[in-house]
Amino acid sequence: MAEESKSLKEQFWDPVAGFGVTFRTMFRKVVTEQYPFEKMPTAPRFHGRHQLNRWPDGLEKCVGCELCAWACPADAIYVEGASNVDLPDGSGRFSPGERYGRVYQINYLRCILCGLCIEACPTRALTMTNEYELADSSRADLIYEKQDLLAPLLPGMEEPPHTMRLGDDEGVYYRGEFAAPAPSAPGTTGQEAAK
Amino acid sequence: MTLTSDSGATERTDLVTLTIDGVQVSVPKDTLVIRAAEQIGVQVPRFCDHPLLAPVGACRQCLVDIPDAGNGRGFPKPQASCTLPVAEGMVVNTQATSEVADKAQQGIMEFLLINHPLDCPVCDKGGECPLQNQAMSNGRGETRFEGYKRTFPKPINLSPQVLLDRERCIVCQRCTRFAEEIPGDPFIALVERGAMQQIGIAEDAPFLSYFAGNVIQICPVGALTSEDYRFRSRPFDLVSTPGVAEHDSCGSAIRVDHRRGKVMRRLAGNDPEVNEEWITDKDRFAFHYATESDRLTYPQVRDRVEDGGDGRLRPASWPEAFAVAARGLQAAGATGVLTGGRITAEDGFAYSKFARVALGTNDIDFRSRPLSAEETAFLAAEVVLRSSVTYADLEQASTVVLAGLEPEDEAGMVFLRLRKATRHGTTGVLAIAPGMTRGLAKLNARLLRTAPGAEAGALESLVEHARHGVDKNSIILVGERLATSPGALAAAVTAAARTGARLAWVPRRAGDRGAVETGCLPNLLPGGRPVADPVARVDVASAWGVDHLPDAPGRDADAIVAALLAGELGGLVIGGVDPDDTADPAATRAAIEAASFVVALELRETDVTRGADVVFPVAPVVDKAGTFVTWEGRPRSFEQVFASPSSLPDLRILAGIAEEMGRPLGFRTVAEARAQMEEIGPWDGDRATLEGLEPATPSQPGQAGGDFALSTWKLLVDNGSMQDGDKAYRATGRAPVARLSQAAYDAHGPTVTLTGDRGSVTIPAEPADLADDVVWVPANSFGNGVLADLASPGSRVTVTKGADQ
Repeated sequence: MAEESKSLKEQFWDPVAGFGVTFRTMFRKVVTEQYPFEKMPTAPRFHGRHQLNRWPDGLEKCVGCELCAWACPADAIYVEGASNVDLPDGSGRFSPGERYGRVYQINYLRCILCGLCIEACPTRALTMTNEYELADSSRADLIYEKQDLLAPLLPGMEEPPHTMRLGDDEGVYYRGEFAAPAPSAPGTTGQEAAK
Repeated sequence: MTLTSDSGATERTDLVTLTIDGVQVSVPKDTLVIRAAEQIGVQVPRFCDHPLLAPVGACRQCLVDIPDAGNGRGFPKPQASCTLPVAEGMVVNTQATSEVADKAQQGIMEFLLINHPLDCPVCDKGGECPLQNQAMSNGRGETRFEGYKRTFPKPINLSPQVLLDRERCIVCQRCTRFAEEIPGDPFIALVERGAMQQIGIAEDAPFLSYFAGNVIQICPVGALTSEDYRFRSRPFDLVSTPGVAEHDSCGSAIRVDHRRGKVMRRLAGNDPEVNEEWITDKDRFAFHYATESDRLTYPQVRDRVEDGGDGRLRPASWPEAFAVAARGLQAAGATGVLTGGRITAEDGFAYSKFARVALGTNDIDFRSRPLSAEETAFLAAEVVLRSSVTYADLEQASTVVLAGLEPEDEAGMVFLRLRKATRHGTTGVLAIAPGMTRGLAKLNARLLRTAPGAEAGALESLVEHARHGVDKNSIILVGERLATSPGALAAAVTAAARTGARLAWVPRRAGDRGAVETGCLPNLLPGGRPVADPVARVDVASAWGVDHLPDAPGRDADAIVAALLAGELGGLVIGGVDPDDTADPAATRAAIEAASFVVALELRETDVTRGADVVFPVAPVVDKAGTFVTWEGRPRSFEQVFASPSSLPDLRILAGIAEEMGRPLGFRTVAEARAQMEEIGPWDGDRATLEGLEPATPSQPGQAGGDFALSTWKLLVDNGSMQDGDKAYRATGRAPVARLSQAAYDAHGPTVTLTGDRGSVTIPAEPADLADDVVWVPANSFGNGVLADLASPGSRVTVTKGADQ
């Protein structure tokens, strides 16, 4: 029989050694996270929900170029561009320059949070936050629209549309030649292009 | 050089052998080095070079090293391969094998990029940009340029539709050369010098060419964009489907770029036999009509007051609408069919079979415009099944006679081919027209000044006067407007027969020729079979598996309208007809009103659908497959772009009604209809002849009405309903003006009031090359159009000073 063939070490020492692991672990720090009751911070460069950043005056950085949608391996992003118009009351301007993203959707049922869109973005408009709680009860709720993705307004920012406050043309924005320091939005990791 | 034999085939003579990158290649004499390199699979980067434009060597990107020019000596410096013809024994080293050429190309690229903004993410060309691609393949990876780039305020309007971003321009001159060489509209030119050199327009002369959209497509950078497409989408997000333009009978190949079920833009396809690489702005920009808010999306049925309803149209299911339509048509008795000229050949076949099999009548006509019995006979005798003239033939002809046809407005690709032919100097154009127009002047046409209605005499004179140069190498192109000129079509046939010239009929609408071929005429069955021929009737009847076909000659569109008004016809099946296009808009409206039962097949809500008893929505061309037959007789098939299950082609709707009537058509899909059309095939028996046609007496109903003969045709860009939805495109149209002779203009001033037998209009006038008793107005550029608001076809009008003068 198999039992008869067991050595003395196997019969007595191995169980003790096994419980020894259990015993030792009892005095270690617990790794179990009490999510969702306690939320642990993620690694600083964790790939979480996207964010559409703003210039310090609140204008959107997104120019609607669709390079993020092109880079996306999961086809999760849909963008439509449109033209800014300079109206006297500033009601036609959402970003510096000629073009802005009129429609911006990310489908989090498809998104694999790989970050290729972030690499593709030419204006650093799209970055990722550390927010990982991306669950919902319906399909439609998981397609995030532009207003869900835009960074919150910080002091000194104003919700577009409005005129360019930091300079006369978009070059001032892109080259960072404006005076006001760009306060970095919470959740972003210092990727604001403004110097 | 290529020599052309009589058969039209080209045979190569005088081959020149040269060595490119160590590979020997033989090409015809005068080939450019850049094309010879393509033969061995070497792509030399280029911007200004375009195979359909004359070489210019503007961008210098195509530099190659030539150690031996064929005479044993080499060029000391790299040469532009797009302007250099090959020579025997030449040795060419491109960037593939020569460091000199590669370095030269990289240097040029660096120069081009000094002032080119790096705004590819917001540039419409980004992703399909030759500059972007060739900067990757033939440029340096790193920039050495420091400092600010030249900037311009952007963009500026060259026309309401075409926008120019000057800082992106690399001054390759493709657009200016196109405008000058191809349509002959040199409204754009280089202005300023040095680094400030840019494309510009004169202050008071915007780039209002009917072919302006082509410059956007051939621009190798994103300098030229359209108001319509600017920032709408990116090329990598678009799906391209080949298609055929639905606006004229030229059958231009187009590329439909779409995403998520919406057409974003249309580009010219490349078909050397038809449209080469050009299309008209109408083909390019007028596609928004299919997405207008008044598009019909579901069938509607009228609850008739007699049946206890409230007399209004209400939404209905497809089966119910089929049943109501079938019941109503059976109850209405004799029924006429008006198909309109926008149908595909498959839909035309369905209308034709529906009329003969389901309705048992020959009362079917595709013409929703002024017509004549002479034209009906002409189409059966001389047009159907004939395809003796092609685009290539226009280039080979010695003389092309235009009668009742203004090609720039009515057949854009015919215009471009004629212009190409006349520019080469081999072809002359002789226009039978009331006066010289801008379009005819660009063709360098000789004018045979003819008052409207007198075209018959002019065509007869072609035979007698040798100076017109009409011989067997000539081509006579007759437009659909000739139908209203008594005796003109018969005279054209006679002239063609006596001079040996070939004759072709150039209609305006895409579906006209297909409708002729499929028998949407009172005297023709599908495949060109004459109704009057018993053998032809039996042929079709046996193919369709019916006992017999109606043998009584049918009514044409005007007679159908008259019969509806007289109560001889009860029912009407009408599709795609705008009453304002017909010879008598008021009568057509009254006929629709008088008909006891009207089934309308329409894309969008119109006066016709509002008065109909059953309304079926039909699929626009993007939603269905089909075939348009060009004026040459060339079938141009296309597949559907969008699969939209609720959008059915006319033939499916007619099949549904016919099945409810118990006389099925035997097909339900485009593919099945095509199979049946092929099964029937063309008629190989005797054709109908023009003999026995009594010479039309020039009846002049409004002769006493005025002292000015009215000349009119539709401009390319006008108020047509298929051009709705794009304001910028409409704004590129020519302003509606009345044209008068200088003397009449002097007498009546800059604003004139025209009064005809149907009303009067007041519009600005301009002096033109016309006889003193002729006035020209655009047919559909103001109000409801000339036929509704001004005068009946062939009538005369009076001209007085405008009311506000």
